[in-house]
Amino acid sequence: MIPGSFDYHAPTSLDDALALLTEHGGDAKILAGGHSLIPAMRFRLAVPEVLVDIGRIPDLEYIREEDGHLAVGGMTREVALEDSDLVNAKYPLLADTARVIADPLVRNLATVGGNLAHADPANDHPATMLAYGASVVARGPNGSRTIAIDDFFVDLFESALESNEILTEIRIPTPPAHGGGAYLKMERKVGDYAVSAVAVQLVLDGGTVSSARIGLTNVNPVPMRAKNAEAELVGKAATDDVLEAAGRAAAGECDPSGDLRGSAEYKRDVTRILTKRAIRKAVERAKGGN
Amino acid sequence: MGITISVEVNGTTYEREVEPRTLLVHFLREELRLTGTNVGCETSLCGACTVHLDGLAVKSCTQLAVQADGAKITTIEGLADNGSLHPMQQAFWDEHGLQCGYCTPGMIMAATKLVEDNPDASEDDIRHGLKGNLCRCTGYQNIVKAVASAAKAGGAR
Ligand SMILES: Cc1cc2nc3c(=O)[nH]c(=O)nc-3n(C[C@H](O)[C@H](O)[C@H](O)COP(=O)(O)OP(=O)(O)OC[C@H]3O[C@@H](n4cnc5c(N)ncnc54)[C@H](O)[C@@H]3O)c2cc1C
Ligand code: FES
Ligand code: FES
Repeated sequence: MIPGSFDYHAPTSLDDALALLTEHGGDAKILAGGHSLIPAMRFRLAVPEVLVDIGRIPDLEYIREEDGHLAVGGMTREVALEDSDLVNAKYPLLADTARVIADPLVRNLATVGGNLAHADPANDHPATMLAYGASVVARGPNGSRTIAIDDFFVDLFESALESNEILTEIRIPTPPAHGGGAYLKMERKVGDYAVSAVAVQLVLDGGTVSSARIGLTNVNPVPMRAKNAEAELVGKAATDDVLEAAGRAAAGECDPSGDLRGSAEYKRDVTRILTKRAIRKAVERAKGGN
Repeated sequence: MGITISVEVNGTTYEREVEPRTLLVHFLREELRLTGTNVGCETSLCGACTVHLDGLAVKSCTQLAVQADGAKITTIEGLADNGSLHPMQQAFWDEHGLQCGYCTPGMIMAATKLVEDNPDASEDDIRHGLKGNLCRCTGYQNIVKAVASAAKAGGAR
């Protein structure tokens, strides 16, 4: 399996990359880690005429805290998230997520920016970023704009990015004291995409969940927030009954399709259970159990 | 059409013109005739094609040769030192870490990195670290034993 022919460019600055993307319009595709795009090109599911490799542009790989958020460069590799002390200490939902993406060989090259830009509902970062209420910085020929993650996933494999925009940074609000999060994923076999997975990020006020966001992986055509589940949870103590109600709400509002990974009914039930467990874990972490 | 790239593979620098669509694994096997790196699935799943690329273990079927321009690559052929096996190769031999041997080059490339990064790797670390490498024969038991014994012997070198 060999990809179709294309012209290859490896610009060394963002401006050069943007100029190439603008020149070639919809015929060009950005190449980051290549771990979604190259498989698609080998199957000829993607046949771009031009590839613009952004891997040689400096300063797109970083993880740092600034102005109340975690800034993650668009080309940051999964392995860097896994190894980051900062992420492991303060962003356990993100750390959980990076660790369950594919396998260590893939994580050495796959990027967070590519994971979001691909807008694949099977990818793990979309749900996590939805739960964090993150935002995405897109750089185009006329400068940068910030896109709220709730507005980012438009359709199956379609994001709000224009064809001549590069995702340069992801911004994750730093969780407050008594904030906690968790990502739980069920995979059919090692390294596979999720049967279902649930991302939860919440804040506790005493015994009550004062705010919560929940994202779901691979159980909907578009990465989604489980807003009904959030509504079951917010303003209440996370009792078994409340957890069950939230789990049922998530199972009801997602729209999985039956495939090799299981029937729709099965995926809904896995979603129900993972939602309960992820909330429980997030609450424990918010209480300081980590 | 063709793009000239320069890569250092197992200590030798090669300059070659390649088509942009050439996958790194095909470049290594067909252009450089380093056929130790195997192609198992070509769908990024099996890890038989694992090589070291600038110090990282990666699947060479999921990289374009042009992306590796300027990189340092080590393949299975680059591990033995003057005819004496790398400790990880020796450990696979001693512990019967292979049967048909098809997964072995990739397994060993992933394992050497794993032990280099984590010399005290536990059995659990080894199993998790080799998640990207599939073996149809051994049931993994002896592979894990081989990697553990190489780690104990300071096998990363
Ligand atoms: C065997 C295997 C298993 C996998 N399992 C999982 C899994 O369990 N969970 C998971 O989440 N992912 C999984 N993946 C996908 C992997 O994480 C991908 O690497 C990721 O989805 C895309 O990142 P990339 O850097 O490789 O992007 P690429 O493949 O290079 O690009 C993907 C798409 O995004 C666009 N793009 C990339 N970067 C940018 C940018 N900065 N700005 C604008 N557009 C951009 C590209 O044009 C392309 O359309 C798996 C991949 C493989 C090969
Ligand atoms: S041939 Fe590369 S992962 Fe199977
Ligand atoms: S020894 Fe045959 S595939 Fe591993």
